[in-house]
Amino acid sequence: MKLRTSLCVASGLAMAAASGAFADGHATTLTIATVNNGDMIRMQGLTEDFTAQNPDIALEWVTLEENVLRQRVTQDIATKGGQFDVMTIGTYEVPIWGAQDWLVSLNDLPAEWDADDILPAIRGGLTVDGELYAAPFYGESSMVMYRTDLMEAAGLEMPDAPTWEFIGQAAEAMTDKDNEIYGICLRGKAGWGENMAFLTAMSNSFGARWFDESWTPQFDSEAWANTLNTYMNLMTNYGPPGASTNGFNENLSLFQQGKCGMWIDATVAASFVTNPDDSTVADSVGFALAPDNGLGKRGNWLWAWSLAIPAGSDATDAAKKFVAWATSKDYTALVAENEGWANVPPGTRTSLYLNPAYTEAASFAEMTLNSINSADPTAPTVDPVPYTGVQFVAIPEFAGIATQVGQEMSAALAGQQTVEEALAKAQAITTDEMEAAGY
Amino acid sequence: MATQQSRSAARLMMAPAVILLLGWMLVPLTMTLYFSFKRYLPLRGGDLGWVGFENYTRFVTSSAFWPSVQATLIIVGGVLAITVVFGVLLALLLDQPMWGQGVVRILVIAPFFVMPTVSALVWKNMFMDPVNGLFAHLWTAFGAAPVEWLSQASLGSIIMIVSWQWLPFATLILLTAIQSLDGEQLEAAEMDGAPPLARFGFIILPHLSRAITVVVLIQTIFLLSIFAEIFVTTQGSFGTRTLTYLIFQRVLESQNVGLGSAGGIYAVILANIVAIFLMRIVGKNLDT
Repeated sequence: MKLRTSLCVASGLAMAAASGAFADGHATTLTIATVNNGDMIRMQGLTEDFTAQNPDIALEWVTLEENVLRQRVTQDIATKGGQFDVMTIGTYEVPIWGAQDWLVSLNDLPAEWDADDILPAIRGGLTVDGELYAAPFYGESSMVMYRTDLMEAAGLEMPDAPTWEFIGQAAEAMTDKDNEIYGICLRGKAGWGENMAFLTAMSNSFGARWFDESWTPQFDSEAWANTLNTYMNLMTNYGPPGASTNGFNENLSLFQQGKCGMWIDATVAASFVTNPDDSTVADSVGFALAPDNGLGKRGNWLWAWSLAIPAGSDATDAAKKFVAWATSKDYTALVAENEGWANVPPGTRTSLYLNPAYTEAASFAEMTLNSINSADPTAPTVDPVPYTGVQFVAIPEFAGIATQVGQEMSAALAGQQTVEEALAKAQAITTDEMEAAGY
Repeated sequence: MATQQSRSAARLMMAPAVILLLGWMLVPLTMTLYFSFKRYLPLRGGDLGWVGFENYTRFVTSSAFWPSVQATLIIVGGVLAITVVFGVLLALLLDQPMWGQGVVRILVIAPFFVMPTVSALVWKNMFMDPVNGLFAHLWTAFGAAPVEWLSQASLGSIIMIVSWQWLPFATLILLTAIQSLDGEQLEAAEMDGAPPLARFGFIILPHLSRAITVVVLIQTIFLLSIFAEIFVTTQGSFGTRTLTYLIFQRVLESQNVGLGSAGGIYAVILANIVAIFLMRIVGKNLDT
């Protein structure tokens, strides 16, 4: 009896294995590396739609935390490991990897994918020498989020496009430290994607730049000193305590608890601060463009998590099908049908912002679109620069340099050194690293 | 008297272990040496040729090098001082006969078994957080403004976390040393009229000197390479970038394998200097 059962089980297993092998003979398996953001997790739940359309393609997911993902895919692509068929990467990686010919051009995606519908700023950031190297999954910029009730109590009115001067006035008027209300919350935590993303975007509106046209670091310029002095003034006088360790998540929770008058950060935060389940101030949040100084550039960034296909992939055609599906208008409609319009991946297509169903469900839609459109990664600064990228410089060394520079800025915010010292160190660090990289 | 055959048989038997050990040590070391003389930038196409000692000079002339050496020395020195002083005191205390001795000893040793990442996270979020941390609550209870430990007293905070981890190790070794002290000697001294401080200074401390040297030697070698505590808490900001952390930044954040490898070789040399230095002290101590 026992023997028979085990024989049955064994033959059953063998059959299953054989049929599995048989299926494998037909199917192409796509290995997809992705980041553990809400929108990406949602996509994994909806892939049945794709596999129903393409029964011969099987999907395998590798979901990782942002920093780990970045290290894994960078290593894989630099060593030509060929582990992944589709990679989720950002606007920082695409120009660098595209220029190295590490990515497959997506210019030949089908016509119904409609490349012209992609927002021009995002498309520009993902294109190298006329070749589109990644398809945007969702895009974001940064903008001012503010408390309409506090603004009213202070007797001020937020313009749609404020200046830094006005932000300073408003921060002063809204600050009420006895009641733990701080006029402005900004990123202070060190990191190229944390405080340096904010500061680099901010510096653009002050006419500063990372490098001049011969790649000489510019931290000794007056424009950078102005940027940093304004930032320090805002944060030390009107900012929350412990700001030098606040990143996106810390500021989000401060704002949701009603402790910030204004917060300048990613446009995707708009859906979190207006969600009554998480936010105590959901019904009194207003939006405005990131501030400027009248120099023609605003202090907002541009980022898009995008899907790209590494040149080493052995299933390029299947991968292209998947990329086209995940970034199509149909996918947006699919999410809307299942999860509601407010939850569709934002910031990539013009058609989404022309859709009344979306603009009605998302009060922040218009300001998000305007913010994205006002960022130009191909000409991010007032003075000409040899690089692309708004809140980053699209060279491989940037992440390392900016993280170290960010640590100096963070130390200045914590009061451990002056603005002049921080800038002098930033200049020295950047000069060292650029020399080491052979510029 | 070993014959020719038995000696070669012994060599043959030992060979796997020796080869494994050599491979284990030599392969990574040789690779690091090899890379340190190359311009190797994975994101710029990988191997860009030999550069001689350029990586070595660049590593020491960078503006981050001396501050990182200084931070390393402060952390190692601070942790050593705290663990040795408190280790001696704790060992004395634990040596006293008391109720529940076994349980107390286990509790004292427990921190050593907590993984560095975990203990750093616990300290960062549960003790040192300026809003929700235990210290913040203590400070506000006494009407003081909470200290932002990791940004305002960054080096001190890291020394505190690492000391907490290594104190049990020091205590354990020093406790066994104290237990090996002959009780009759102390008794005799007491009968001769030596006060407690003198008994400690002239009998216990000299008896412990060898154990203290061992503690210092072993801890220095491990402390030179602490990484997790810094990675989890400050990520090298606020002046806590040690030599180890600098090498990590060069290799992984700046993606400059050659430069980082040169830094790695410096770290190996530094650790060896410390080791040789300390070995000689231990050797002297063992002779007398």
